[in-house]
Amino acid sequence: MNVLTDHFADFREGFLNTVELTVLSALLALVLGTLIAAFRVSPVPALRVFGTTWVTLLRNTPLVLLFLAVTLGLPALGLKGWDTFWLAVLALGCYTSAFICEAIRSGINTVPMGQAEAARSIGMTFSQTLGQVVLPQALRTAIPPIGSLMIALAKNTAIASGFNVTELGAVQQQLNADEGYNIYVIFLWIAICYLIITFVISGLFRLLENRMAVAR
Amino acid sequence: MSEAPVTKDAKAAEGPAPAGDALVVLDKVNKHFGQLHVLQDIDLTIARGEVVVVIGPSGSGKSTLCRTINRLETTDSGSITIDGRPLPQEGRELARLRADVGMVFQSFNLFAHKTVLDNVTLGQVKVRKKDRKTAEATARSLLDRVGVGAQADKYPAQLSGGQQQRVAIARALAMDPKVMLFDEPTSALDPEMINEVLEVMQQLARDGMTMVVVTHEMGFARSAANRVVFMADGRIVEEARPDSFFSNPRSDRAKDFLSKILHH
Repeated sequence: MNVLTDHFADFREGFLNTVELTVLSALLALVLGTLIAAFRVSPVPALRVFGTTWVTLLRNTPLVLLFLAVTLGLPALGLKGWDTFWLAVLALGCYTSAFICEAIRSGINTVPMGQAEAARSIGMTFSQTLGQVVLPQALRTAIPPIGSLMIALAKNTAIASGFNVTELGAVQQQLNADEGYNIYVIFLWIAICYLIITFVISGLFRLLENRMAVAR
Repeated sequence: MSEAPVTKDAKAAEGPAPAGDALVVLDKVNKHFGQLHVLQDIDLTIARGEVVVVIGPSGSGKSTLCRTINRLETTDSGSITIDGRPLPQEGRELARLRADVGMVFQSFNLFAHKTVLDNVTLGQVKVRKKDRKTAEATARSLLDRVGVGAQADKYPAQLSGGQQQRVAIARALAMDPKVMLFDEPTSALDPEMINEVLEVMQQLARDGMTMVVVTHEMGFARSAANRVVFMADGRIVEEARPDSFFSNPRSDRAKDFLSKILHH
């Protein structure tokens, strides 16, 4: 049982890195996902094609392959000197953005056509219509699936341990080689760390959902 | 059908305004929905200050006609000009022009996530770039004018249909439009709420607003319109002053339509 106390610094570093990786990838995914969703409903055909291609490519690629593409492919293309941590953020963020985009788009589809028509009829541009009228209403429907995607993202960060990022998954690899602790106990502590993160995410999203429901 | 009191203004008595002051001009407008030819060679000129009521059986294309004027529906051919400027393609230019064309929908379409006050303020702030204080003052005076000033801080869902439609009229007026389009504004209302909306529209007509009104309210057409446009099967079949149209329709199609709606 004392693997946690013996290696508390390792666990703490792994935990904080996983949190950081999750938060930064989540931010990237949310920004990109919203942007791509806007592309997919835009009146400009080129943007729609770009959005559809983005989603199709990223949603259908296994995350490990995407990590490989980013960590091996980007340096080969001349993007050198990036930290493995930031490459992991890039891979996780882009991957999750495809799913966020679709969650937001499903939200957009639940907003009645008349809302956008009313916004356009008072002279709002496409981006004003989307930003002021459609997206705020779409988010209400999109919040629960986005919450699930954030939890999935938190767990997906474990893949980064295979690509030289020190996070929770890496703690386990490092400790296994050491001192012969009970491997199940190590797994248990790591699982608890992930649970803390995912429970916090669910809590935050429940709060968000309640807050948005009041404004109806 | 109840007869609303006759409230024609001076302009109505003089007949249609001179064609030289045309505000909205539709020239040979055609539109198809797939196989259906919903608008067939529509020519229509609406003068500044004129109130045109469009009536006709359902499916005759009157709503579509109304929606083409601010390009919520695109057209296949023909031209639409508003205040001398042809309707531009989708984009910033079109948005600017739409701000000058108020629209009131059958289903109100108030922004569900915004309060009544914010509904009327949003366009002024985002499109007309007014500061929030001025916009709110305008919004409050417009809400008072349509009789829903007390509801300013509520959400649309908390209002009755008639109140929502009056807010929608205030929202359109807040943009200070040159012309107002009404697409069956009372068709989704309970009977006892129809009059409160029609009264607001009558007042607007008296104040000299240019209006295109698609409606089934014949009482409103008689009392507020300068001209009645009768549509059937995608064509304008007949145009006339309301008194002559209702008492003495020329076309068989109009006679048939009026006999069906007026005889009970």
